[in-house]
Amino acid sequence: MTFYRPVADHALLVEFATTISDAAHAQVLALDKALALQPFPGFREAIPAFVNVLVDFDPVLTDHAEVEAHLRSLAGQIHAPKSPTRREVLVCYEDAPDLEAVARQTGLSPEAVIAAHLSGDYSVFLYGFAPGYAYMGGLPEALRLDRKPSPVRGVPAGRIIIAGAQCLITTLTMPTGWWIIGRTPTRVLTGDTARPFLFDVGDHVTFRRISQTDYEALA
Amino acid sequence: MTRLRVVFAGPHVTLQDAGRKGMMRFGVPASGPMDRKAFAIAHATLGNPPDAVAVEVSLGGLTLDCVEGAVTFAVVGGGFIVQKGAERLGSWQVQTLHAGERLVIRPGPWGSWTYLAFAGVLQAPLWLGSHATHGPSGLGGGSIKSGQELLVHDPRVLPAAERAIPCPVWARPRPVVHAVPGPQDRFFSAESLQDLASVPFHLTNAYDRMGVRLRGPSLMPQGALSIPSEPILRGSVQVAGDGLATVMLADHGTTGGYPKIATVVSDDLDGFVQLRPNDAVRFKLISAADAVALARRRAKALRDYLTRSP
Repeated sequence: MTFYRPVADHALLVEFATTISDAAHAQVLALDKALALQPFPGFREAIPAFVNVLVDFDPVLTDHAEVEAHLRSLAGQIHAPKSPTRREVLVCYEDAPDLEAVARQTGLSPEAVIAAHLSGDYSVFLYGFAPGYAYMGGLPEALRLDRKPSPVRGVPAGRIIIAGAQCLITTLTMPTGWWIIGRTPTRVLTGDTARPFLFDVGDHVTFRRISQTDYEALA
Repeated sequence: MTRLRVVFAGPHVTLQDAGRKGMMRFGVPASGPMDRKAFAIAHATLGNPPDAVAVEVSLGGLTLDCVEGAVTFAVVGGGFIVQKGAERLGSWQVQTLHAGERLVIRPGPWGSWTYLAFAGVLQAPLWLGSHATHGPSGLGGGSIKSGQELLVHDPRVLPAAERAIPCPVWARPRPVVHAVPGPQDRFFSAESLQDLASVPFHLTNAYDRMGVRLRGPSLMPQGALSIPSEPILRGSVQVAGDGLATVMLADHGTTGGYPKIATVVSDDLDGFVQLRPNDAVRFKLISAADAVALARRRAKALRDYLTRSP
């Protein structure tokens, strides 16, 4: 059952489910893709999330009913998504402040934590919190921990952090209550004006281990 | 070129253009001016393009010395005090600043934000195709700091434009704002929705470009604390687990997991942000269709005003 919920005078929230599931996110990605290929007059932007897509429009040019009709027509013609783009992120696990704590809580050795992290099949569910904060699902069961009781301030950019079933790469110096298990020279904010963000929502991500020497050469 | 030295800048004084469009899917809100209509009028009075860069001045105030050149400027929005040399004026003013003169903008009788625009091109860093400042990261145009310089390229002196501009009644603070219930009103009791529609709330000091926390009746959500993180817009009235409402503003986070009881219509936000901490605000709940009709009337009124008066 899909819900179309009006938001103020200028947006519609399309909701596919109330709890997170791969099926609901597949619908989010399919609608987002179809809308990018077939926008409507007055379309401004779409924001894909876990179970819903927010569609923002110009109320001078269209309204909620017209937008809903357009989105319903797209839902009828959604095709199976093509195989997702896979992106590689380099990770150095040396000098990671929380690797020991994660090992202690999961009952694994630090090397087993690293092996588990590298084995995950990650995909980008949504961006949120801050520019370029791409929430990746797919963290292996063995590494799923609650957040720290209180956030740590001043965590720099380029840190690999985990909490629950999620993993993300910090892009700015911000506070976080997630566990810091590595550092990466791979930048999500690429600095490339043609492609300013490394990931699109829906991309799959693989981590590849590098040495501290390589990290320092690349960072 | 006109060169200006920043003698003093209070907190939250930033460079802004009309906003960064289409980047919410990457975690980047539009930013841009808090009061978009005042910003548009400031540029229109000078014949600038609507997406030109201006200085957004907060209640912290701003003092500039013109060290080189001359340029006509507009200060539009709020009821601020503007001093040019020995002259004491209000905002809603077009004047010319010459080398050796000092311009002081400070809070006056009403309003929280005013816009200083120049007849010319105000230099500002670009990020993701826009000069708007994203406050939490400081990226884009950036915060203005005491001691820095501002450069206006291709400055124009427009003696014929110098005047006081009448402040339209719709540019004043708006103590009643229209809002559409939802998208998560289903997580709130009938009493909470009734309170939202009938009891006055007050702005608190927890007010910045990201949002403003309100004081008022507790709107305790019922069993919604585990909703999956979902998109937020400027105007979302988000209720945290403590039952307190926050209205999200220009630099809002793009997603969040707290339920939104209602969303303020876009056009009313300009008047809403000109309220000050401790001012009262009431929410008038309307249907989505009525909100669209209102948006169209307001857009036409602004278009007519901008083509007629400046």
